[in-house]
Amino acid sequence: MSPLVEIRSVSKVYVRGKQKLEVLHHVNLDIGKGDFLALMGPSGSGKTTLLNLIGGLDSPTEGTLTVAEKRIDRLGQSELARWRASNVGFVFQFYNLLPMLSAARNVELPLLLTKLTAAKRRSHAAIALELVGLADRASHKPGELSGGQQQRVAIARAIVSDPTLLVCDEPTGDLDRQSAVEVLTLLQRLNRDHGKTIVMVTHDPKAAEYASHTLHLDKGTLVEAAAAAESPS
Amino acid sequence: MLMKVLGWLPWILTAAVLLACANGQVRSVAQVGISTLRQRLGAASVVVVGIAGVVGVLVALLAMAQGFQATLQETGSNDTAIVLRSGSQTEINSALDHAATVVIGDEPQVQHDAQGRPIASPELVVVASLPKKGSSTDANVEVRGIGQDAWALRTRVRMVSGRRFTPGLRELIVGARAAKEFEHTELGSKIDLGGQPWTVVGVFDSGDEHDSELWGDADVVASAYRRGDGRNSVTVRLKSPQQLDAFKAALASDPRFKVDASTTLDYYSRQSDLLTRTIRILGTTVAIIMAIGAIFGALNTMYAAVASRTREIATLRAMGFRGGPVVVSVLIETLLLAIAGGVIGAVIAWALFDHYTASTLGANFSQVVFEFRVTPALLAGGLKWALAIGLVGGLFPALRAARMPVTDGLREL
Amino acid sequence: MKYLSLIWSTLFRRKTRTLFTIFSVIAAFLLFGLLDSVRGAFANVGHNVAGASRLITISKQSLVVSLPTSLLMRIQAVPGVSAVTYANWFGGYYQEPKNQLVTEAVPQNYFTLYPEFVLPAAELRSFHDVRTGAIVGQSLAQRFNWKLGDKIPIQATIFPQKGGSNTWMFDIVGIYHVSDPNLKAEENQLYFNWDYFDQATQFGGGTAGWYIERVAQPKQADRVARAIDAISANSDHETKTQSEDAFTAAFVSQFADIGLIVGSIMGAVFFTLILLTGNTMAQAVRERIPELAILKTIGFSNRSVLSLVLAESVLLLAIGGAVGLAIAAVAVSGIRAKLGPQIPMLPVGTQAWLRGVALMIAIGLVVGALPARRGMRLRIVDALSGR
Repeated sequence: MSPLVEIRSVSKVYVRGKQKLEVLHHVNLDIGKGDFLALMGPSGSGKTTLLNLIGGLDSPTEGTLTVAEKRIDRLGQSELARWRASNVGFVFQFYNLLPMLSAARNVELPLLLTKLTAAKRRSHAAIALELVGLADRASHKPGELSGGQQQRVAIARAIVSDPTLLVCDEPTGDLDRQSAVEVLTLLQRLNRDHGKTIVMVTHDPKAAEYASHTLHLDKGTLVEAAAAAESPS
Repeated sequence: MLMKVLGWLPWILTAAVLLACANGQVRSVAQVGISTLRQRLGAASVVVVGIAGVVGVLVALLAMAQGFQATLQETGSNDTAIVLRSGSQTEINSALDHAATVVIGDEPQVQHDAQGRPIASPELVVVASLPKKGSSTDANVEVRGIGQDAWALRTRVRMVSGRRFTPGLRELIVGARAAKEFEHTELGSKIDLGGQPWTVVGVFDSGDEHDSELWGDADVVASAYRRGDGRNSVTVRLKSPQQLDAFKAALASDPRFKVDASTTLDYYSRQSDLLTRTIRILGTTVAIIMAIGAIFGALNTMYAAVASRTREIATLRAMGFRGGPVVVSVLIETLLLAIAGGVIGAVIAWALFDHYTASTLGANFSQVVFEFRVTPALLAGGLKWALAIGLVGGLFPALRAARMPVTDGLREL
Repeated sequence: MKYLSLIWSTLFRRKTRTLFTIFSVIAAFLLFGLLDSVRGAFANVGHNVAGASRLITISKQSLVVSLPTSLLMRIQAVPGVSAVTYANWFGGYYQEPKNQLVTEAVPQNYFTLYPEFVLPAAELRSFHDVRTGAIVGQSLAQRFNWKLGDKIPIQATIFPQKGGSNTWMFDIVGIYHVSDPNLKAEENQLYFNWDYFDQATQFGGGTAGWYIERVAQPKQADRVARAIDAISANSDHETKTQSEDAFTAAFVSQFADIGLIVGSIMGAVFFTLILLTGNTMAQAVRERIPELAILKTIGFSNRSVLSLVLAESVLLLAIGGAVGLAIAAVAVSGIRAKLGPQIPMLPVGTQAWLRGVALMIAIGLVVGALPARRGMRLRIVDALSGR
């Protein structure tokens, strides 16, 4: 069986005025289904860029990117949007919840893009909140929740449409130790019990310990890329 | 009395706010605010344009009322009186027989000319239908049949081209504004009146309502319209304005006819009243509603301005500036924007509408052509509205700025 | 529909700002409602179905010049004319000069040409029988509290009676009403017997102010009008015949170019409004860029983001516009109730609402266009990293 994510010789070049900045340089990477991968590296190493490419927020300058046997590197913006809606869930450092909506409504948001009825949407959202342990906070606005709680709402939002892939960018970067542990445990549980494939960028080695394995990026190349490709876990 | 005080309020408050600039603290806070105005140009333009809209519409509509009123009032004077059949409001509805027209001139209150003849002008008013320039429809124009004395009564009338009509001939002179509005009014053109062709021989200008009229010889007009020797009105010059009551009494005591006299000033003012009042009410109503809209626009902008300056204001407060200067500085900023809006609105109204020509159906069932007049008083009034809107729209955001707890503001750093 | 609550919450995210903006929109549409009602009243004068088959014949010299009554028989004989009547302007006032009236002296067949004036048959018969009988419109009767059987003195301003008295006594024998709300202004007339006028007036008797003809086929109106005018061609009383619509339109246009005045005010109002709400929307979208980026991340397409922002600004306009127009509707009916239907204001009806809604949508789209495009164009990666 082919891996869930196949990255072949992917490069990303940003052009800022006359300056060309190559952020990723011919990266090769396979991520198997059910993996929990941590991406580490100093700032500017290209880890967020790689994550954005995997999540379909951005397209590579060169190379091919296949997720669940679908080439996404040449998709247009609206095709990418449609693809993201059904395949990827995102978790960010700063939660990025919509402040005027309640937790339940925030979680329900991705379901607006599906054909589900209003009742179905509400029950899905309730289940997702239940899963992250926040069923009792459903009607609270983000401003009324702690950082850890907000991040768990964000995770509920990421999984509510049952995506194949969960993409997390420094999910604990803005949290205290205690909350960080809660969030990481939650991600681990989603990975083990619910079979979610997770790619997580972090600069925190303690956070990376929760992943099933860790890769390092430096100056746009994967330091252990060769090893990872040869011996899939 | 109360209204008068309220009317002055915007000026007084604005002066007070500007005077506060003498205070060093106020000045330095205000300068900081105004120097950042450039970055908030988009939002600031909302205040300016909103207020310009209010002032522009207000000034334009009031200028219309002003122009119409002035045109009619200037037609009349205190020392000339017009005599109409009792009960008639306008010349066209009035009728006087020949005997009456003679007797009215003989009353002792009527001024006599150098030759010792009374200055009294029996006049005929008929309405003709002429095509309007730039339109396919006809409009009514007033034709006034006059005698020699009419010239002595309307001293403002000057011939601007051609000559006066010759008595006894079918000749017409055309008022300057009627000449602009109606077809066939050029010198030498023929106009059909009462089924007969008349020749235009001159254009006159009096700067008042008569400018909308066509004048011809009373006897010739009467014969064209088969009106015999009866007339619509008699206008006389009184020996003095004080003679009016005696003149009225003398006419009332004459059993041969039932007539009413009033000064021409009164007569023409009455004709302008209804329309002038209607336009003023309309203009003020529209301006009030627009002003409400503009105030909310200003509130939005100024609240946003205060919010964007939260840090700066908090820092100033932390340094020991008091709340007062902060309030004043926000008010000054709003007032500057309001003044800009008021001036722009007033200038646009003035540029577009001063001397703008319009016409309406007057009391004699015919077109009265008049020009909008944008007077300094109207411009000042518009500016006053601008200041009032600025004060209201700036006050609440200013108070919020002053009440903002220093620590909250600094935390946003 | 499922997006409505999302749009609603976003709109009221900054309550004060949104409310202030809505108040401005309310003010603008209140003005729109009021001015449109005035404009409509002037535009609507004389526009009715019955009017389409009526012609008006006046003296070619001007409306105030009378025509001989001898024309009646000759007009009647014109092929295509199915009925003829005539009227004389009388004017006058009731009690005080400020109560100016619209009064006309008319022959007995007058009302058969005006089917829009609804009048009980019995009352029409008494108009035939009572020499001093008068028929008044319902609005006019209400204004002065006149009832059937009342004797009312009217002061003449043009036509004194033989003997010089300006006071004419009339017996109210009928009260008519007009069903079409747009034509309520026509309930302000008083009609009295032409015979009474003819016999009692000091002068002006034996003439007709104008003739009204009904044509059998409205399509032939032009031909009939020319035939009527041909009767008196080259006489000393040449006539001008035109459709009632054309006649009234020309008459109203002599008062003022209402359309131009109202149009200019509305132009100024809506220009201001567009700038004002445009600024609000721009502010709102500017501070919401990261949120829009999130929506895109989740999978909202560029087009959905564009639609969301546009829908938000249309909703903003629609809320304010609906409230403003509703207030205008209440205000107009209040003003009409207080000052009577003779004031030139139409009730805010379906037509006005349709125009209003079209304006709300149009302005909403214009105002939302730039911010929406900005939201649509934003690059997720840039927006999320705060660039």
